[in-house]
Amino acid sequence: MLIAGLVITGVFLLTALLAPLLAPYGFDQLRADGEAFGAQRPPSAEHLLGTTVGGYDVLSRVLWGAQTAVLVIIVAIALSIVVGVLLGLVSGYLGGWLDRVLVVVCDAIYAFPSLLLAILMSIVISGGQSSLWGGLLAAAISITVVFIPQYFRVVRSEVVRVKAEAFVESAKVLGAPAGRIMLRSVLPNATRTLPLIVTLNASEAILTLAGLGFLGFGIEPTAAAEWGYDLNKALSDVTSGIWWTSMFPGLAIVLAVLGITLVGESLNDLADPRLRGRRRAGVSSGAVAETSVAAEATPASAVAENAAGSTAAPAREDDLR
Amino acid sequence: MTDLSDPSAAPVATLGGATPSAPTSRASGGGLGRYIIVRALLIIPTVFILVTVVFFAMRATGDPITAALGGRLTPAQLQERIEAAGYDRPLFVQYLEYLGGVLRGDFGSTISDNRPVTEVLLTYGGATLELAIYALLVAFLVGIPLGLIAAARRDRPADAALRLFAILCYATPVFFAGLLLKLVFAVWLDLLPVAGRASTSTELELAFLPDATGIYLIDAIRTGSGEAIGDVLQHAVLPSIALGLLTAGVFLRLVRTNVIGTLSMDYIDAARSRGVSEPRLVRTHAWRPALIPIITVIGLQIALLLGGAVLTETTFEWRGLGFQLAEYLQARDFVAVQGIVALLAVIVAITNFLVDVVAALIDPRVRY
Repeated sequence: MLIAGLVITGVFLLTALLAPLLAPYGFDQLRADGEAFGAQRPPSAEHLLGTTVGGYDVLSRVLWGAQTAVLVIIVAIALSIVVGVLLGLVSGYLGGWLDRVLVVVCDAIYAFPSLLLAILMSIVISGGQSSLWGGLLAAAISITVVFIPQYFRVVRSEVVRVKAEAFVESAKVLGAPAGRIMLRSVLPNATRTLPLIVTLNASEAILTLAGLGFLGFGIEPTAAAEWGYDLNKALSDVTSGIWWTSMFPGLAIVLAVLGITLVGESLNDLADPRLRGRRRAGVSSGAVAETSVAAEATPASAVAENAAGSTAAPAREDDLR
Repeated sequence: MTDLSDPSAAPVATLGGATPSAPTSRASGGGLGRYIIVRALLIIPTVFILVTVVFFAMRATGDPITAALGGRLTPAQLQERIEAAGYDRPLFVQYLEYLGGVLRGDFGSTISDNRPVTEVLLTYGGATLELAIYALLVAFLVGIPLGLIAAARRDRPADAALRLFAILCYATPVFFAGLLLKLVFAVWLDLLPVAGRASTSTELELAFLPDATGIYLIDAIRTGSGEAIGDVLQHAVLPSIALGLLTAGVFLRLVRTNVIGTLSMDYIDAARSRGVSEPRLVRTHAWRPALIPIITVIGLQIALLLGGAVLTETTFEWRGLGFQLAEYLQARDFVAVQGIVALLAVIVAITNFLVDVVAALIDPRVRY
C-alpha cells in the first residue's frame, strides 16, 4: 500500500514539476500553427485525449492541472500549519478564557460543511472571481480556513498534555519566559502527529479545490488549468455522450487523492503499532483525559469527529498518536 | 477528544471494562439531564459564531446590491436601492438588525428574485432532505455489510479490496462519481434518467397536488399513481448512489475498525473458546457494540452530506437547496447565500445536538 501510494504520489509530483515539458500544448492554448484546435474533438493523434468544449487540449490541461493542485496544496498547508499551530500552542499553553473561546469557535467552524466555508472564503477573498496567482491564493486560503481548526485541535491537545510534564515545570521554575517555554520546550514535543495530518489534508485540499472549481469558484482557464473547473465545463458534454472531457480530469483527481491517501494511511499504520497487533484493549484510554478540551465546553460532536476520523478525510487524529 | 475511533475504546467502556480516564470521572458529576441542558445551551454560541462569521464574511466584499446588480443599474439607481435596503448604514447597526431578524426566524430576502430565504428553504429543503435520506440509506446498505465482511476476512484479499474500495469512495469527488454514473447508466446504457427529480409530466402532476410536501416520493405515493412513484424513484437512483458512496466509505472503515477491535475483547475470546465459529462471532457477538460509533458519526455526516449535496444537486440538476445555493452564487446574490448558509448552520447545529443526545443515551461515556 505504501509503495503504491508513493509511486502514484511521485508521478503526481513529477507531473506537476515537469508539466511545461510533458504537456504538448499550453493550458490556455487554443490554436497551433495558426489553426484552432476546435471544440469537443475526440481523442486523435494531435490531441491524445481530445479537446474540451472551450477548445483546449484535454491532455495538456490535465498535466498542467497537477501543477495547480500541488501549488495550492503547498500554500494551503503551509498557511494552515503556521496559523493552526500558533493558535493551538498559545491556546493550549495559556488556557483560560482565550482557550475556551478559541475552542468553541474552532468547534463551530469544524462542524460546518467545509465546502460551504471554502465557498464563503473564496467570495470574501476574490469576490468569487479568480485570476492567476490571486486565484491560486484565494483557493489556498479558502482551504486553509477549513484546515486551521484541525491543526488547532491536534496541537492544542498535545500542548495540554505536554505542559504537565516535568521538563516544562522545571523550565518554569528556572524562570524562563512563557514565549520561550512554548517555542523551545512545548512546541517540539507537540508536533509529532503533524506529518500524518499533512498528508491526509493534502488529499482533502485537492478535493476542496476541485469542488470550488466545479461550482465556478476556481481559477479562470486562462490563468491556470484546474481539474474541477474542467469537470464543470464537461457537465453538459456527458449528456451528449462526450466522455473524454470529464473522464481524464476526473481520473486525475482520483489518482492524486488516492496516492496521497495511501501514503497517509500507511504512515498511519506504521506510526501506530496498535493497528498491527490483535490485542490492544484499553491502550489509548489514557490519552482521553488530557485531550478533551475545556472541561464543560466540548460538544460530543467533537468527540464523534474523532470517531469518524474527521468527516471527509480518513484521518483519525487519535489513531495517529 | 474521547477516542471512539480506537477500536478498543468503545467496546471497553460499554462492556464495563476499565477506563481509567477523565470522561468517566466527569460523568459521575452530572447525569443525562444536565448533559442535555449543557449541550443544548452550546447550540447558542455555535449558531451565533457561525452567523456572525457568515455575516461579516459576506459584507467584507462590499454591499450586496452592488455585487448582485452592479453592471446592470446606473450608479444613481444603485445608490437608491442601497439606501432603500439600509446598506448605507454602519455595518454594526446592520449586524444587530440581522441578528434580531435571525432570532425571529427571518433570514432576509434574496436580491435576485426577492423571496424570503425561509421560503426558499421551505420550497427546496424537501428535495435536499429527500436526497440526503436516500444517500444515508445507500451508505448504510453498502457500508455496514461490507465493513462486517472486511472485518471477518481481516487481512485477506477481500479485506484489502474492500479497504481500497473505501479509499476510492473517499478519493472520488461526488461530482465525478455523478458524471461517471450518468455517462454509464444514463447515456451509454440508457437505463436511468440523466438528470432532474422527475420527468416533466410527473413534475406537473406533483405541482398541482394540494399541500405538497416537496418530498417527491411522498407526494407521488399520495397521487396513487404507480407510474409517478416509479418515475420519481428512477430519478433518485443515480444521485443517491453518487452521494451515498461518499459516506459508505466512511461507514465501511468505521465498522471494520470497530468490529476488529471488538473481536479482540475478552468476551469474544470466551465465546471463541466455547467453539463459536468466526463468522458467527461477527454475526452475533461483535457487530452490535461496533455500530455505536456509527450513530455519533451520522451527525458529522450531515455536514458532509450538505456540502456534498451542493455538488450532487448541481451535477444532477436536482432542484434542492444546494442547487439553489449554486444558482444564487452564480447570480452573486450574496444575501441569499448568506441566508441559506446561516440557515444551514442552524440545521447543522441542531442535528449535531440531537445526535449527541442520542449518543449520550446509548453510550454513557460521552456525558459530562
